Order: sequence, then structure tokens, then C-alpha cells
Amino acid sequence: MRDVAIIGIGMTDFGEMWNDSLRDLFVKASLEAMDDAGVDHIDGLVAGCMSPGLFAGQEHIGSLMADYLGQAPIPGVRVESACASGGMALRTGIAYVASGMHNVVLCGGVEKMTDVSGAQATYALATAADQDYEAFHGVTFPGLYAMMATAHMHKYGTKREDLAQVAVKNHDNGLLNPHAQYRMKITVEQVINSVKVADPLNILDCSPITDGAAAVIICPLEMAKKMKKKPVVKISASTHATDTIALHQRDDITWLKSTAEAAAKAYKMAGVKPEQIDFAEVHDCFTIAEICVLEAMGIVKKGEGGKATREGLTARDGKFPVNPSGGLKSKGHPVGATGIAQIHEIVTQLRGEAGRRQLKRARRALAQNMGGSGGSAVVHILEVL
Amino acid sequence: MITPAIVRRNTPHRYRMEAQKCAACGKVFFPPRLVCTCGSRKFKAYALPSEGKVITHTVIRTAPRGFGDEAPYCMGIVELKDGSRVLCQIADCEPHRLKVGLQVTIEFRKIQEAGESGVIAYGYKAVPER
Repeated sequence: MRDVAIIGIGMTDFGEMWNDSLRDLFVKASLEAMDDAGVDHIDGLVAGCMSPGLFAGQEHIGSLMADYLGQAPIPGVRVESACASGGMALRTGIAYVASGMHNVVLCGGVEKMTDVSGAQATYALATAADQDYEAFHGVTFPGLYAMMATAHMHKYGTKREDLAQVAVKNHDNGLLNPHAQYRMKITVEQVINSVKVADPLNILDCSPITDGAAAVIICPLEMAKKMKKKPVVKISASTHATDTIALHQRDDITWLKSTAEAAAKAYKMAGVKPEQIDFAEVHDCFTIAEICVLEAMGIVKKGEGGKATREGLTARDGKFPVNPSGGLKSKGHPVGATGIAQIHEIVTQLRGEAGRRQLKRARRALAQNMGGSGGSAVVHILEVL
Repeated sequence: MITPAIVRRNTPHRYRMEAQKCAACGKVFFPPRLVCTCGSRKFKAYALPSEGKVITHTVIRTAPRGFGDEAPYCMGIVELKDGSRVLCQIADCEPHRLKVGLQVTIEFRKIQEAGESGVIAYGYKAVPER
């Protein structure tokens, strides 16, 4: 297996992009990534997208994107793992490059969510849950994460304010990200008093409905070293794990087993301990998710994610910054694009190009992308050489 | 999705809570599966108990398509007396009554008014003990 590096990144602004179609978004992010890498040809394309069928009435987007990127007849394929589709696109591309099947591969993620009504979007997102035994009964995604929150608060004494603090912290970060959808400061009181969605979660505990795309170009590490254009970012681990997609079938409702499994394998693959990671981009689709992810990744002990957030561990100036991009909460969550947008932020930070939100210590970082209520998790560890 | 074929296929477990027990390791599955996590493919029919308690809960205020008229409504994960779990609505329950440990009984109820095919879907809901 060959080592793999990231040589180019690109992303669109995240938000309600009324003038851009599904293909426009993907192609814009891809062209930016190709320009950044300095390549005009790619050997293969992987597009992560959760549901172009339900959001845009379009399937078969692997070929569509290869065509509109002017790269046909290269192989192009779409991969799907709900909200972890972006992370899966990168992992799939890595397999192509590491195996020697292709040299230069574009891994992109996209979702066009605002062409449909809010009710239709809620329905489309709920297809990532167990259709027959969860969605059938009328549960929504906020509802599933709300049940994790209720259980976490009951079991560990996590406070309502701790949940809110995740959103407050991520909005503080997103304020400095020009690509972010919601660049505004919010307070704990505003989160707690915002419109109720699924108790105890309010609208400001939830990531938004977003249009957007992101893309990265990967190639063998040895090839990247010869290019010497920008600092070389090596992918030192790429892991994936699954769990029951139905929340109620897990022994512990508050424990994200797929994330725990993928993270443990990633530390081993990269040969590092959690404390050797400088910062992370994680899947804060709801405030409770970031708290549970911190625990599953072994950054804090079980039950202490809320307390750690309250005490500032994960703030931009904390010991372990989490979601310097603003996270899904402030940056926006075009579901298929999210996993690649996390990688975009990490590469930007590792190269020292993050401007006003640049972290002081950024040599090695972790990206955690999650599907559904934790039925899948993809973890990558990146380091700058 | 609700169609006549889906309703018919799901009737044994949705209407009657029919589950199964692995003949090799004794693990209970609801809904039924074709293979156990232990590898065995032999199962015995098993009926789930109808009493249990709420282990976590929420109140759905923004409802998905087909449930809009009912919101807000209570939902929870119910642990039945034998340790099996189901996720369902908690009916006849004011949101302020919801709590972890609430004793409930599973009842046969209407779940959705109608799908696009016009079929009414029935199933199970939990009801607090009166």
C-alpha cells in the first residue's frame, strides 16, 4: 500500500445558494481544488452525496460530475453513507491511490438541500434512520439526538447549558470563517430560549439545512513531495466503522460505538495517542453529538464531554480546539459535503492559511465524520510534513 | 413509505409484536432477522412482553411529513420487562409527565393517517400506566 497525500483543496461558500445547482456546486469546489493542486487532469473522481435523488431528483452523479468537470471518460462514482458520505468519498479515493489503481484522484462532497421544502428535507434526512422501525413511528433526526441528550443528562448530570455551550463555541469560531453559513455570535441564553425542535434540543442546538460542496485532490505521497508547491499534508490514518442504525438497539444510548471503534483504529494506524493530536474537526450535527464524540474519541472520559466543553477544553484557545471552522453548527451542514469540508479546514490550518482563525499549534489533526445517529463513522488523521 | 405490500409484510411484528429468539444463544430480536450475531440461523418464535419503562424520551415539535397535524407528540425508547427495546410514540401522555423510568404498556394504535397509497398504517405505541 502506498502512502497518500492531499495536494489540493477547494470549497464553495456554504448557505442558501439559490443560483447554484447540484452540479454547479460540485464543479466549483472541484475546479478550485484542481487549481490549488496545479493539475488539469485527474485519473478518477469520487463524489460523496447523501441523497441527490430526494433533494434534487438526480442519481448517477459520478458520471454527471466527471462530465461537467470536463474529465469524462475518467471513472467517476458516487458513494453514500448518510451524513458520512464525504468522509467515505475520501476513504474510497485513498483506497484507489494506495492500491496503485489510480494516481491523482478528486474526492468531493456535495448536497443541494434548499430546492425542496423543509418538510421534504426532514423526510430526506430521516431516510438515514431505520425507515421501518424509527422513521415509521414519526421520529426525526433532532428527535433521535434529543433522546441521546436526555439519556446523557440523566446518566451523567450533563446540564442544558453544557449543550448550549457547544453551539456558542462553534459560532464563535464560525464568525471568522468566510465560507460559514451563519457568521453570528450567539449566547447560552439565546440557545436555551430558541424555538423548540425536539426536547431538550432547540433550533440553535441543530445544524442547519445548507447547500454546498467541497473537494480535495489526493495522490501518492512520493509524487506530492516532488511537487513541492505547498506544505505536503500526509494522510496518516483512514478508518471506518459501523453500528446499529437504530438507536434503540444499542446497549448504551449515549455511547457512539462506531466513532470509538474508528478512532481507536485510527490512533493505531497513525501510531499516535489522542494527546498527540493538536485539534479536531468533528460531526456536531447537534450539540449533544459533539459531547458524545469527545468521549468516544477518548479525548475525555465517559460522561465528561459536557463538563470539558463548559471548562473551555475545546475552545479555539483551549488545550484541544474542536471545530475551528465553526463546525456543522455555524459553517453549515450540506450533508454529503461535510466530511470533505472538515478535511478542507484541517488542511487550511495545517498549511497555516487559516487567517484570523489560525490555530497556534497545527501539525497533526483528526477529522470525525458520522452518519445517521452514529450508524457509521469515518475518521482521518492528517499531518503536515 | 407505506404501501399495501409493506403493511402486509410488517403485520406480524407491527400488529402483534412477534419477535424471535436465537435457538443457539438465546438472543431476542425484534424485528426478526435471518441470522443472529452469533452466526446461528435457527430461531424460535417469541412474543415480546407488553410492559416496560421509558429509558429516554423527547417531544417532537417539528414533525416529519405525515405527522404534522399531531405535533407536539411524545416519543421514547421503551425497555420491556425482558430487556428488549423498542422506539415508539408515547401516547395519552402530556409532555410534562415524561421522565426516565416512566412505567408504560404497549398498545395497538394507528401510527399514520395514510401514505401516498391511501393505506392506514397501524402499529404499537406506549401508554403510561393509568
